[in-house]
Amino acid sequence: MALSGIQIYKMLPQTNCKECGFPTCLAFAMKLAAKQVELSSCPYVSEESKRQLAESAAPPIRLVALKGAGAEVKAGNEVVMFRHEKTFYNKPGLFIHVKASDPDLAAKVAAADAYKVNYVGMDFTVDGFALVLDSDAAAAIQTVRGATKRPLILIGDAAALQAGLSACGGETPLLYAADASNADALAELAKGKAALTVKADSLEALADLTQKIQAKGVEDMVLDLGGKNLSEWLTRSTQVRRLALKANFRALGYPVIAFPCDAQDEGIAAAQAIAKYAGFIVLSEFKPELLYPLLVLRENIYTDPQKPIQVQPGVYEINQPKPESPVLVTTNFSITYFSVANEVEGSGLPAWLVVTDAEGMSVLTAWAAGKFDAERIAKAIKGFDVASKVSKKRVVLPGHVAVLSGELEAELPDWEIRVGPREAVDLPAFMKQALN
Amino acid sequence: MPLEIPKDKWPGSVRAITIGATSAEGGTRAKAVTVGGQTTLPYLHFEAPTPNQPVIAVEIKSRKPDDWSALLTEAWGDVMDDPAAWAKKAEEAGAGLLVLGLTLADSPEDAVKAVKSVLAASGLPLVVWGPGQAEKDNDLLVPVAEAAKGERLVLGICEDKNYRTIVATAMANGHLVQARTPMDVNLSKQLNILISDMGMPKDRIIMDPTTGALGYGIEYGYSVMERLRLAALQGDAMTQFPMLVTPGYEAWKTKEAKVGEGVPETWGDWKTRAVNWETYTALALIESGADIVVLRHPESVARVKAAIAELVTA
Repeated sequence: MALSGIQIYKMLPQTNCKECGFPTCLAFAMKLAAKQVELSSCPYVSEESKRQLAESAAPPIRLVALKGAGAEVKAGNEVVMFRHEKTFYNKPGLFIHVKASDPDLAAKVAAADAYKVNYVGMDFTVDGFALVLDSDAAAAIQTVRGATKRPLILIGDAAALQAGLSACGGETPLLYAADASNADALAELAKGKAALTVKADSLEALADLTQKIQAKGVEDMVLDLGGKNLSEWLTRSTQVRRLALKANFRALGYPVIAFPCDAQDEGIAAAQAIAKYAGFIVLSEFKPELLYPLLVLRENIYTDPQKPIQVQPGVYEINQPKPESPVLVTTNFSITYFSVANEVEGSGLPAWLVVTDAEGMSVLTAWAAGKFDAERIAKAIKGFDVASKVSKKRVVLPGHVAVLSGELEAELPDWEIRVGPREAVDLPAFMKQALN
Repeated sequence: MPLEIPKDKWPGSVRAITIGATSAEGGTRAKAVTVGGQTTLPYLHFEAPTPNQPVIAVEIKSRKPDDWSALLTEAWGDVMDDPAAWAKKAEEAGAGLLVLGLTLADSPEDAVKAVKSVLAASGLPLVVWGPGQAEKDNDLLVPVAEAAKGERLVLGICEDKNYRTIVATAMANGHLVQARTPMDVNLSKQLNILISDMGMPKDRIIMDPTTGALGYGIEYGYSVMERLRLAALQGDAMTQFPMLVTPGYEAWKTKEAKVGEGVPETWGDWKTRAVNWETYTALALIESGADIVVLRHPESVARVKAAIAELVTA
């Protein structure tokens, strides 16, 4: 729990020595509470105070980073229950389940590792692999490492995990899983070298176990909540998040791992896990038709609500436009772009869609803010050299900014300016009727 | 160690609203459907039970649509030419409600005939949408409302620019209305206020906050629904209505669902991807508070239905 300035002040030397750069210890304490300075600026603070302050400053959900042979995936450090309260920070890593005993292991890992899909200009990939070890863990890891650099989750008994871990030198894999029966042995194994999954039948038992393991010196833990159906998993995941964020309950302040691969409907369970606080998600196999929608959902849920997704400004070709096809103009707010692009695409009519840089705002908002005016539109049309692509210099403005048509005529004297409909949904009819 | 789970106690609750009327209640439905009534956030059974399950509505049209994905026309087949047969098949597919979309080509007589044939073919409660142009909506929905007096239909879609006629005829004929606003908490409240100011009883308003599909703005719809539900639980009376959203319509507009050719190979198998697109959109919205999801593909209906069954299990 964050401490107030006064609480922090009580832990400082209270000598007002000014060496930290502030006139009094109280002023420094206030700055510390606001997280605007580092405690290390105070040369005289006691070790005990340092420890207490560090503890209070620790995030309520520990940041756990899994490291592969050159790639990393992080979970934790979340601060809210609902994305609109601030944002969700660390996207849950999507891991593909593979088995050491599978004769096609190398090929399966390679295929999933190579996967790359583009969504509004961003490339998405899988994040890692959950490898079920067999008696020759070192060989399996060698095979996997021949095909991917991504982080690993190692699944197996203590002996297999030990062999696997020693074959992952320099990496931080996640070991699966410590329960009441093997917690001591796995804690010993994971200490300083790996993150450790902890698993129990109830949250009470889970909390007992994480405390026990922490006492053995393991800091990076991940919780497997079990749960026999969507409802139970949702309940536990919500409870863990609340305990961590609202009650600052350290024993469950760790990221959560979900196994939709064991659910009735894998995709649905994975979608729930993405929306409801999972940090790592294990999928049964690599299937683009499952993965792509989940990657998009994850991007959407983890988008900062304060910063809307923007589309790259430029000229977008819809339905293979020809020189005589119409030129439509809109802004680079992703939803605006999608509405327009989708309607036109669905109509089957070819068009050139000019997306202007309106700083990610919708047509009306951008217009009101002065980010979508005749000057900017003309600049885009000239800048993207639209004239060289078309035989008919005719540009269609969104109906909401009909008022710009006069100014735009002045900016683009050799272009015909047309005013289109206000809503994207009416574009196909407008294109059919008014643009022939 | 014993844990004290932080629990929320809310002063407000969502209204429980009943759609459809049985013969005992002045209609002809086999049974009515009640949605809403929640006293906490979705499916947190450790705080409060889920009083009414979310309901899947299946969208059918008075005439076979010419712009639906081939996957949908394949799935439904010949029944798309006959709204009554389509309604029956939708009920068999697991629908708890039907949405009948009227089209611009329908005359008022056609619209009444389509509604009556659907009411005769299926005992499910019915939502009727106009074609989406203000004047035409009013032309069709008024005679429909009169012809189906007492059925407790949901008439839609009321928007800020056209709601008066629909609300008036719903009030006069014992129906409900669907109030749609574009993904904004305050606009939702405002339209609900305008509609109730006309004298519409508050147990006859279903709120439609609008959504986007996966990849096409779902995050806005998702967060607006979470915020509306939080406002309702905090006691804001003008947000305490059950929420209807249209993931089917939104998902099947997207290129990812609609088409199988000329798209990146990295999108995977078309049909599975398309159904996933609709299903995940619906699931995410149900988790954020949707009471009614309107779907299009029968496989999505089956999958979302199974998910609902798991979510409502305490």
